[in-house]
Amino acid sequence: MRTRVTRTTGVLAVGCSLLVLTTGCGAADMTKQSSPFANAQGAKTVTLSTQSWVGAQANVAVAQYLLEHELGYRVDTVQVDEVPAWDALSQGRVDAILEDWGHPEQEQRYVEDKKTIVDGGGLGVTGHIGWFVPTYFAKQHPDVTNWKNLNKYADRLRTAESGGKGQLLDGSPSYVTNDKALVKNLDLDFQVVFAGSEAAQITQMRQFAKEKKPFLTYWYSPQWLFEKVPMTEVKLPAYKEGCDADPDAVACAYPHTPLRKYLNADFAKSGGGAAAFLKKFKWTTEDQNEVSLLIADQKLSPEEAAKKWVRGHERTWRTWLGQGV
Amino acid sequence: MATATAPAPRTALPGFLGVLRRPAVGKLLLLAVAAAVLVPLADSRWASGSWPGALTVDLTEPLGRASTWIIDNRDSHPLFLYFFGHVSNAVVLAVRAVYLVLLAAGWAGVTAAAALVAWRVAGVRLALGTAAAVLTCGLLGMWVPTMQTLALMVVAVLASVALGALLGLAAGLSDRTYRALRPVLDTMQVLPAFAYLLPVVLVFGIGVPAAVLATVVYAAPPMARLTALGLRGADAGVMEAVESLGTTARQRLFTARLPLARKELLLGLNQTIMMALSMAVIASVIGAGGLGDRVYQALASVDVGAALAAGIPIVLLAVVLDRVTGAAGSEGSAGSAASAGEGSEGTGSLWTGRRGWALAAVAAVAVAVAGRLAGRLDWPETWIVDIAEPVNRAVDWMTAHLYSGVPYVGGTADWAAHFTTGVLNPVRDGLQWLPWWAVLLTVAALAWLIGTWRTALTAVLAMAAIGVLGVWQPSLDTLSQVLAAVAVTLVLGFGTAVAAARSERCERLLRPVLDVFQTMPQFVYLIPVVALFGVGRAPAVAAAVVYALPAVVRITTQGLRNVDPAAMESSRSMGATGWQQLRQVQLPLARPALLLAVNQGVVLVLAVVIIGGLVGGGALGYDVVFGLAQGDLATGLVAGAAIVCLGLMLDRVTQPTRRRTKKGA
Repeated sequence: MRTRVTRTTGVLAVGCSLLVLTTGCGAADMTKQSSPFANAQGAKTVTLSTQSWVGAQANVAVAQYLLEHELGYRVDTVQVDEVPAWDALSQGRVDAILEDWGHPEQEQRYVEDKKTIVDGGGLGVTGHIGWFVPTYFAKQHPDVTNWKNLNKYADRLRTAESGGKGQLLDGSPSYVTNDKALVKNLDLDFQVVFAGSEAAQITQMRQFAKEKKPFLTYWYSPQWLFEKVPMTEVKLPAYKEGCDADPDAVACAYPHTPLRKYLNADFAKSGGGAAAFLKKFKWTTEDQNEVSLLIADQKLSPEEAAKKWVRGHERTWRTWLGQGV
Repeated sequence: MATATAPAPRTALPGFLGVLRRPAVGKLLLLAVAAAVLVPLADSRWASGSWPGALTVDLTEPLGRASTWIIDNRDSHPLFLYFFGHVSNAVVLAVRAVYLVLLAAGWAGVTAAAALVAWRVAGVRLALGTAAAVLTCGLLGMWVPTMQTLALMVVAVLASVALGALLGLAAGLSDRTYRALRPVLDTMQVLPAFAYLLPVVLVFGIGVPAAVLATVVYAAPPMARLTALGLRGADAGVMEAVESLGTTARQRLFTARLPLARKELLLGLNQTIMMALSMAVIASVIGAGGLGDRVYQALASVDVGAALAAGIPIVLLAVVLDRVTGAAGSEGSAGSAASAGEGSEGTGSLWTGRRGWALAAVAAVAVAVAGRLAGRLDWPETWIVDIAEPVNRAVDWMTAHLYSGVPYVGGTADWAAHFTTGVLNPVRDGLQWLPWWAVLLTVAALAWLIGTWRTALTAVLAMAAIGVLGVWQPSLDTLSQVLAAVAVTLVLGFGTAVAAARSERCERLLRPVLDVFQTMPQFVYLIPVVALFGVGRAPAVAAAVVYALPAVVRITTQGLRNVDPAAMESSRSMGATGWQQLRQVQLPLARPALLLAVNQGVVLVLAVVIIGGLVGGGALGYDVVFGLAQGDLATGLVAGAAIVCLGLMLDRVTQPTRRRTKKGA
């Protein structure tokens, strides 16, 4: 028994020392761990996080194109949901988030307390979440665009999933949403149906639009889908500062959010040209939509879409590189 | 099983007494008595209906605290600095090393190496297939992501095999370890991968280390199981003979037991590779990169064609690895024939044995160097075939024409709506309407009828745990979806299997289709499924059916084929028609295989519950995805645990009495 115990500890000790030997001595730093695919073959790599919506892909595509073709970096992209992306940014697994819709808790933790993430400035795009109906439906029934009249239309918005009530289509679980509370607090005869992913939601909306069926959905701008399926916002009780403080008692619309960029603190300091470029990256809603539409509707690869935009907007991106035209 | 093994005393003891003799009825009576005593008690104390609030434990607070603690201490606590940090670094270094080697070899070198290994192990035909598969990955424009996935796979499989073999060795040599390990392995396999992605991510952060470790948890069990099986199954006669030679325990292990278990070990390797590969895509959700990430990104822009372009390399990798390791495991393959030929005849041909391997290695290196010198290290961009556009056009056409308005039969959207209101809703409402103790009793009765009192106890405890976790209602919602999906899978699967068992050609045609169904990442067909069936539970069921169907078809076909030919022959000679033959001979004799098919169908359907959460399935699947997306450990982990309990319960309830030897095979 004794020999066996010592042998096990021996094996353990050897294993541990091997581990330490291969990875360096002493403490490992969990805040400095880049992707194993970064900087391969001597190229300098920037790792960007991209979120599931196409607008975020458009930012990344253009940044990637310019970093690769103008600054000579290799760019890796990783798809991560919003909250885990903050975590990854703090650990240095990704270098930048280009479109953040506001995460006060994470900002407090990582930017203020731990100082592992720094603010990278505004993206230049303002985001807004709301409830929308297709414009063809709103034209037939102009009063549907006010929440007070929604119950009148519950019947027409019913689906197999909504169980006798009207369907309010919600999207990905990673989105900020108060819809369940809103439906309850505004006393609406609606059932929130979660599509579970933006892809599923878009697919469903396009199928409805193809048949000119009415629907009510949680949606946001900037978004390329508005070009394909014109939609009109439903007026909710006006947003006032702090009216969404208690998640259970929310009874007001969503705010307008200027979108921001965030960088890993180390990368911001020593990232050289790439970091400087990403800090200056700033464009308009129209620019972003142009690229998004190329990707999502015309099915161009993000790279081709970025290339197309870059060709037509040299004046804009030259300033990001700190060069005049 | 119970009814089949019972003696048939009906003639001797007619009537009520005869019925009592049957064990199934006895069990039910016993349960009824227990229920008669316990139900009024439970009813008066907690009332019936949904699971009583007094019996739930709210884990939100402690889990929330745990996750905050981890995040706050991850950069400073010694546990992370001196243990997890090093593990994480080691994984990153290992993956990076393999990735750099693959990149340095260039596309020509990798292709040559893969083909030569396949040729040495499995013969010329598979070598050509392997080369074609590898080149296809490049042609689809997926060379770099394929190499990233491959690097991740190599490390994950090596780690899984090492861990699995160690556990299997312990379990194979010691009875006590074997007994202790079995429930652990069971749980590891029933666990849906998504459920433990979240804790792994919390500790290791997004990215490759978390992905590799999650993969190891998922892929190690088959290796452990089959290693133990191989060691335990060693021929007693051989072992005795070896022992009589006065060998030490260690010598016996290395000279007799392990070589005898070669077949099981290789099958274990094969299974481990397949499971690891199926994890490659799921791991993309936590930022593993590679092919899975491409599929996932394409999903975000609703681009089925691009998703398919990244999905095909995964299918090809899976099929190639499966065939090559499968050939290595089966006796009389080209490779073992070659080495056997060398041993017995000593022909000394250039390409045999160790020298053959050395020559193959030299050839691969030569090709790699040639590619390097020619400056053709990266896959040439002009050699890329764009399949995305035609695929998208085809999908659009299909969904546009099938979605609604097909003359007479309606459209897929209408079917889905009918299925939801006609099947899913009643089953869900019925389950949720049942008092909680009635659900527990039903579970107990089913599990006991099919298995032993132990399986019944496990099943009931698992179901009760769901209630205690406070997710009774969503779990029953998920259960209703699983039941509906399993029913559809079985109807389709048995029908297909009967056809495949009757005709060789049909089976041959079916094989590649089943391969694709089984290995194609589910993310690829999420969009078409939603486009056809709309958002909701119906597309979730459809996705589950697609995933579970191949296993059910394969197991059933095998079962029907293995029916004793003499029995078939004699029934034919008695003038039975094909239909009678099937119903009265083939199906009853294949009963164990059918039961196994049901069991596997249930387990596999449950594995897709999370995917269902991505297309509007709601319930537990959505909660797990929500937890992952919001970093909400409480919601995600509790829902994950509930899925595990549901899986355990369903596994026990559908488990044939004699436990199958290799699960997940």
